[in-house]
Amino acid sequence: MDAPVKKKLRVATTSLAGCFGCHMSFLDIDERILPLLELIEFDRSPLTDIKHCGPCDIGIIEGGICNAENVHVLREFRHQCKILIAIGACAVNGGLPAQRNHLDLRDILEEVYHTDPGVARGGIPNDPELPLPLDKVHPIHEVVKVDYFLPGCPPSADAIWKFLTDLIAGRTPVMGHGLLQYD
Amino acid sequence: MSNTFTVDGQEVPFEPGQTVLQAALTADVFIPHLCYHPEFRPHGSCKLCTVEVNGRPATSCTLPAAAGMEIESNTAEIMAKRRMLLQMLLVEGNHFCPSCEKSGSCKLQALCYALGVMSPHFDQFYPDRPVDASHPEMLLDFNRCILCELCIRASAEVDQKNVFALSGRGITKHLIVNAESGRLADTNFAPSDKAAQVCPVGVILRKRRGFAVPIGSRPYDAQPISDQAERFKPVVKEGS
Repeated sequence: MDAPVKKKLRVATTSLAGCFGCHMSFLDIDERILPLLELIEFDRSPLTDIKHCGPCDIGIIEGGICNAENVHVLREFRHQCKILIAIGACAVNGGLPAQRNHLDLRDILEEVYHTDPGVARGGIPNDPELPLPLDKVHPIHEVVKVDYFLPGCPPSADAIWKFLTDLIAGRTPVMGHGLLQYD
Repeated sequence: MSNTFTVDGQEVPFEPGQTVLQAALTADVFIPHLCYHPEFRPHGSCKLCTVEVNGRPATSCTLPAAAGMEIESNTAEIMAKRRMLLQMLLVEGNHFCPSCEKSGSCKLQALCYALGVMSPHFDQFYPDRPVDASHPEMLLDFNRCILCELCIRASAEVDQKNVFALSGRGITKHLIVNAESGRLADTNFAPSDKAAQVCPVGVILRKRRGFAVPIGSRPYDAQPISDQAERFKPVVKEGS
């Protein structure tokens, strides 16, 4: 008799106020993605182009929270995913986008769209399709409960591989020296 | 009784007058510490080097070594408290390592790595702390200050200049420059000052030197800070 087929873990990923650098670093695991795909399958992710997150075992969030849409997506992930992981500096502590936090949002928009030369002077975009920016950028654990954190800008492919393989094997991920890096 | 005590069961010899931390570092036993510097009197403010001595907590940097002490340092409970201290320091300032010139040689960052701090845990303060770029050769980025007072101690005790001070109380406490204008350019601060060398984080920086050492070659890239007790051994001064 054939051995029962092990059910693959369903994994969703997204980039909020991030640069997709963590997703690129994830793809840097190179051919290791093949054995990984024996164990997992992707739900919503930039890799699948699925638009909404279904019930998942693991949700991976890159980027912090800088606008209203980020909050909606993050809450959808938290609602659907058993385990939520903050990956990268921006999801963990706001990262580079959070360096606008000591500036007034109106002043920033005025400078970018009115006074600064370079960008077409069409005024501050106000299309209702555009999500409203938040006055400050926040790390995701300030909005929802986060189960695991993997800092780095981005975390290296080896760090992501170690983290995911530990987690999938049922171990608490432990990053040794060189794998835990904030830059 | 011989002049030894134990740290986590390991025997550590000491000279009379040494603190527990000094003796431990001399014996290559690493106790995490942040505001201690081998060339300065112990300060005891960061509390990171807190250990349990015969069951009672004490900062090992200020605690005189005594024969027969049984010290616990590397226990799950003490390590969890140290991680929490580090996390509180992280959220209180603006510590954005990817854009910090000190990354890779920062003691705060290295200790976070060594103790496995995976997140800031608490809500970020995101304080507004403008930098002082007035000095032609030096930059002050107050966003990263952890109030260890090493620059204050170095400037007053070694340089005899008294360039830095702390102002305010409690959560409003912050580093200031002792000049009427408050600007570093209006002091006699110089890059050769001891105070310019001692910052454990990325506050006091030499201009035009940022990111000179590539990732992989920085002090804490090859070895964790816990394997570099050698660097923090007390300096024996002549005549002392």
